[in-house]
Amino acid sequence: MSTLVLDSVSRWFGNVVAVNDVSLTIAPGVTGLLGPNGAGKTTLMAMMTGFLAPSAGTVTLDGEPVWRHTEAYRRIGLVPERELSFGYLTGRQFVRANADLHRLPDAAAATERILGVVDMVEPAARRLDTYSKGMRQRIKIAAALVHDPAVLLLDEPFNGVDPRQRMHLMDLLHRLGDEGRTVLFSSHILEEVERLARHIEVVVSGRHAASGDFGAIRRLMTDRPVQYAVTSSDDRALAALLIAQASVRAVRLRPDGGLDVEVDDLGSFAVGLPQWARTAGLSLYDLSPSDESLESVFAYLVAR
Amino acid sequence: MINVTITKLAAQALLGRRRFWLLLAFPVLLVALTVTITALTDGDAAWPLLPGLGYPVVLPLVAVLAASSVLGPEVDDGSIVYLLSKPISRHAVALSKWVVAWAATMVAGALPLYVSALVAGGGDRASAAGLAAVVAGTTYSALFLAVSAITRHAVIVSLLFVLIWEGLLGNLLTGVAWLSVAQWGLRIGHEVSTELPDPTNVPWAALASLVVTVGGVWFCGDRLRSFSLRGED
Repeated sequence: MSTLVLDSVSRWFGNVVAVNDVSLTIAPGVTGLLGPNGAGKTTLMAMMTGFLAPSAGTVTLDGEPVWRHTEAYRRIGLVPERELSFGYLTGRQFVRANADLHRLPDAAAATERILGVVDMVEPAARRLDTYSKGMRQRIKIAAALVHDPAVLLLDEPFNGVDPRQRMHLMDLLHRLGDEGRTVLFSSHILEEVERLARHIEVVVSGRHAASGDFGAIRRLMTDRPVQYAVTSSDDRALAALLIAQASVRAVRLRPDGGLDVEVDDLGSFAVGLPQWARTAGLSLYDLSPSDESLESVFAYLVAR
Repeated sequence: MINVTITKLAAQALLGRRRFWLLLAFPVLLVALTVTITALTDGDAAWPLLPGLGYPVVLPLVAVLAASSVLGPEVDDGSIVYLLSKPISRHAVALSKWVVAWAATMVAGALPLYVSALVAGGGDRASAAGLAAVVAGTTYSALFLAVSAITRHAVIVSLLFVLIWEGLLGNLLTGVAWLSVAQWGLRIGHEVSTELPDPTNVPWAALASLVVTVGGVWFCGDRLRSFSLRGED
């Protein structure tokens, strides 16, 4: 069992602050590192894997710093987002090379064992450049796991992987977490994290925005005020009607027609809107959420 | 210190690249040219090819291509993290990669030069030219490996060093010989045959070659120790 600790970690590149005073503890089990693109996930991952020095603060694995400490890699398995450029090797040769680099006593047996774990025994004889994205991802995981590390760090492991392979990868990571390994993966897709991680850490704009059980964070996200765009047969009459409702916080007439509605209580708004409109003799033409992007969810979390 | 797996992977990377054929083309051309000229003329008409083309151009070019092939592409695309995320000293990684670059420089640079020298005249001066090529090739490969660890434009920077510093300025200013890898090699070769020029002095040439070789490999390892991955964000 190993624990990765980030203590007041910041990282800046020139005048740009990529990571701002982040403190995290990554314990055994599966943890998701969630954040929109450009939030600083890759920078955080690079510092956790010893491939970037923090500008301030410390990153330690079981009390030892990971930067410039190659011995730490005995306990770390790393699955970088970078593509494999060893296309001239077969899957088996690549995993075997990783086993050899770790100087495993029985590298051949370890290679075969891990190929079995990721279900890549059959295609292992083919060259890497013939693999699909999902297969490359699994062979990267095999290479990272061949020395049986206590910590597995994966940077955007599901990017470009088809749904079936994604399920397969998620099962695998689940199993690894249940075995007591510390598994951390980064993602910008809410649903991925929701399905895999019990514990999540959210980073937005380089800051640590939220931490904890996924259910709690999900509730924070669904309880937030939601923006809708509505068009109807009489926008002004509808606006008067809506502002009288307790579930509506704000209504604004759009210059090009239609209304922007900010809703506090999504449930009663969804049930009430058709009834209110029918009673007043108004027709609704269009109702669409205008801020369902993940970025707005994150922005809300940060503002809290 | 040398890691066999890294050496093997570096050799595979070198042999697997198209650049390798370019690397082979130059020495093949040099030998072919020497053989042709020797066959068509009398005496040692082919000899000027060595100080004119083989030693100052082909040898450093081969070293540049070899050194940049074993390290540059992996650093550029970040895939070197697969090698560096292992409990292996980064200096061992650098040394293992240099061994491959050095071997390629010897086989595709120094050896063809020696063969050409044998064809063009032979005797002491051929051995001297061969020795000079071994010394300079060794130093070049370490120097250019260090350059590959600093900049992604390693090939251009290395070629500028060879062509501008050693070639152009080296011919205009005699003092440049003290800081020229090619001249150090020649000075050591001069010990075998006095037909080679004797810029600087032997202790300096030997010491400077040694320092640049060891320093270059060490510096490369040091750069790898601080190798950083930068995200898009």
